[in-house]
Amino acid sequence: MVQAVQAALRDAMRADERVLLFGEDVGMGGVFRASDGLQAEFGEERVFDTPLSEAGIVGMGIGLALAGMRPVAEIQFAGFLYPALEQMGVQLGRYRQRSQGRYTVPMVIRAPYGGGIHSPELHSESPEGLVAALPGIKVVVPSTPADAYGLLRAAVQDPDPVVMFESIKLYRSVRGDLPGDGETVPIGQARLARRGDDCTVLCYGGMVEVCERAADAAHTAGIRVEVLDLRSLVPLDLDAIALSVTRTGRVVIVHEAARRMGFGAELAAQIAERHHAHLLAPIVRVAGWDAPYPPFTSAEAAYRPDARRVALAIRRVMES
Amino acid sequence: MSSTPPASTAAASTVPASPGTDTPDPRLDDALTVLHPDGQVARPDLVPTDTAHVTRLYRAMRRARLFDERALLLQRQGRLGVYPLFGGMEATQVGAALALTPGRDWLAPTYRGSGCALAYGLPMSKVILNWRAHPDGFRMDPDLRVLPFYTPIANQLPHATGIALAEARHARREHRPSNVALAFVGDGGTSEGDFHVGLNFAGAYRAPAVFVIENNGWAISTPTSRQTAARTLASRGEGYGMPAVRVDGNDLLAVHHVTAEAVARARRGDGPTLIEAITYRILPHTSSDDPARYRDEVQAEAWKRRDPGLRLRAYLTREGAWDERQEDDLVREVDAELRAAVHDADAAPDLEPWELLEHVFETPTPEMREQQAELRALHPARSGGPA
Ligand SMILES: Cc1ncc(C[n+]2csc(CCOP(=O)(O)OP(=O)(O)O)c2C)c(N)n1
Repeated sequence: MVQAVQAALRDAMRADERVLLFGEDVGMGGVFRASDGLQAEFGEERVFDTPLSEAGIVGMGIGLALAGMRPVAEIQFAGFLYPALEQMGVQLGRYRQRSQGRYTVPMVIRAPYGGGIHSPELHSESPEGLVAALPGIKVVVPSTPADAYGLLRAAVQDPDPVVMFESIKLYRSVRGDLPGDGETVPIGQARLARRGDDCTVLCYGGMVEVCERAADAAHTAGIRVEVLDLRSLVPLDLDAIALSVTRTGRVVIVHEAARRMGFGAELAAQIAERHHAHLLAPIVRVAGWDAPYPPFTSAEAAYRPDARRVALAIRRVMES
Repeated sequence: MSSTPPASTAAASTVPASPGTDTPDPRLDDALTVLHPDGQVARPDLVPTDTAHVTRLYRAMRRARLFDERALLLQRQGRLGVYPLFGGMEATQVGAALALTPGRDWLAPTYRGSGCALAYGLPMSKVILNWRAHPDGFRMDPDLRVLPFYTPIANQLPHATGIALAEARHARREHRPSNVALAFVGDGGTSEGDFHVGLNFAGAYRAPAVFVIENNGWAISTPTSRQTAARTLASRGEGYGMPAVRVDGNDLLAVHHVTAEAVARARRGDGPTLIEAITYRILPHTSSDDPARYRDEVQAEAWKRRDPGLRLRAYLTREGAWDERQEDDLVREVDAELRAAVHDADAAPDLEPWELLEHVFETPTPEMREQQAELRALHPARSGGPA
């Protein structure tokens, strides 16, 4: 998947010379090699390293966008978004409204997120819910190379700020074809990863493969699970959710972030408000526990939702 | 890069703040002064030879101050919300803003920046709308590169750096001198992380940016001496690898001179400059503050006698370039402009509740459309809106 990101960056830079890439160590390709070879092709003026400051990366990016550029910033790990949250919360998402459309910030922030590769502290965080809570910012999370490519191309073209969370686990573990140059995946459309009529599993990013495995396991037990890969948290594909949930009547929500106030809380609330009458069982959430994501240790396996926990949740909604 | 100050201010002219003043304010030590507070010339070499130019600067500065005075009245009449006054600091705001080229350069004001925004071209009616919290305050001419007044302190500095970088890039591609971004920040704002972040990035990239610290002595009730142990705020320029200049912020000619030099330096690709303008907030922090609770009234009175308008007017009068009648005409002229501006602002229609969800994204999401419908149902007396 990291090659898909790289291809999207390269094609976007070729297509539009306003596109600039920057962040910590991106000149050498970045810690995940997402920008490998791009400085050689486009020069230091378009692909450049920044001082070590996430607030500066986002703050400067806002200025670049205000003055006509299409900045694409990399935050080295999503766990280091916190120093930039001020700029995101009080500036990034507000410029358009503050100026009634006079000033806009068409900026993209890419942030590797999530666990599964035994990283040190703060390298496995999933702060997508925090960002999704900030008005004026779109949030996308790809789970396939094709979506990583298409969503990133769409994000660069989007007139509003977009944060793309990229699963660190999926960077090197999933493979797949890429769409042709310039093809985009529309922001705001979910993807049906598995069809099924008995139960809906809502997930995104690094959890999609986990949920697919759980769905496969359930299939052998005769339960047909539908897996809906949301792809975009803001805006949310309410139609796709409605279509699936009203058909199955049973919902499991899966994400890596801590459960309390996680994005699953928003999904559960939306479904409860909209589709209460269709629900045949209480909604079940599978998520990280309400504790910081553990570094290194084997505790990670207990923290990060796996196919077994998802399968248990599926059984629970099927039995109630 | 070198961190020597711009050429003609390199000597940082150690002209004492006197004569004509009795303000023993140590913040003024070593600050560049062109005119003494009584209008006598301190630096003949830095007084513009074109007196008509100086008169134009004076008119812009008086216009800003008259606006400020009227704004306070409007606030007292309940026709403006909370309003941050700048009266007494107008030489810093106007002198710096007028060193930019409108339509090309960018201005990033603080929330106290009504004066610089007016001088740079934001229409009075827009400034009034802004302090009525009317959304149209910054819906304006796309050529006017004034950014919205920044409520959160110091966020504008990294933005100015980013804008400056983009402008440098446009300039290189088009083989022309760069446009410049100028950001203001208060003395309190220099304690925020974004002050460091913005200046450090600008220094590292040699961005065509100019940073003006409006050192007005106070962050609400906290004096500058509590913000820092550093003797001057300008000394921070050294740490970011950029030249820094200290200037008498109540001296329009001095502020204008150092800013024009900094802008020229940025334009030709020689990087950013930090300017510390020493001024004083003689008025309350905002229309709802009472400075008598915390400040030294003797010093405040002394600063009132350093009024930037009186200083420049004394000079122009002695030069035979300004008189009583011209002053009266100017006041009448600005008064008419103010009346028209209030009239225009009054005519702006109120925000429809459903419009709260417009201009969040270019196109509202389906959920936002639903919420707009909900708002229209809750406020049926109001009209219109998207179906
Ligand atoms: C991040 C942030 N913290 C606190 C405030 C509340 N506040 C508004 S103005 C102000 C003082 C600012 O002082 P200074 O930067 O010196 O500017 P001045 O008011 O003197 O022009 C404070 C603390 C704010 N607006 N933003």
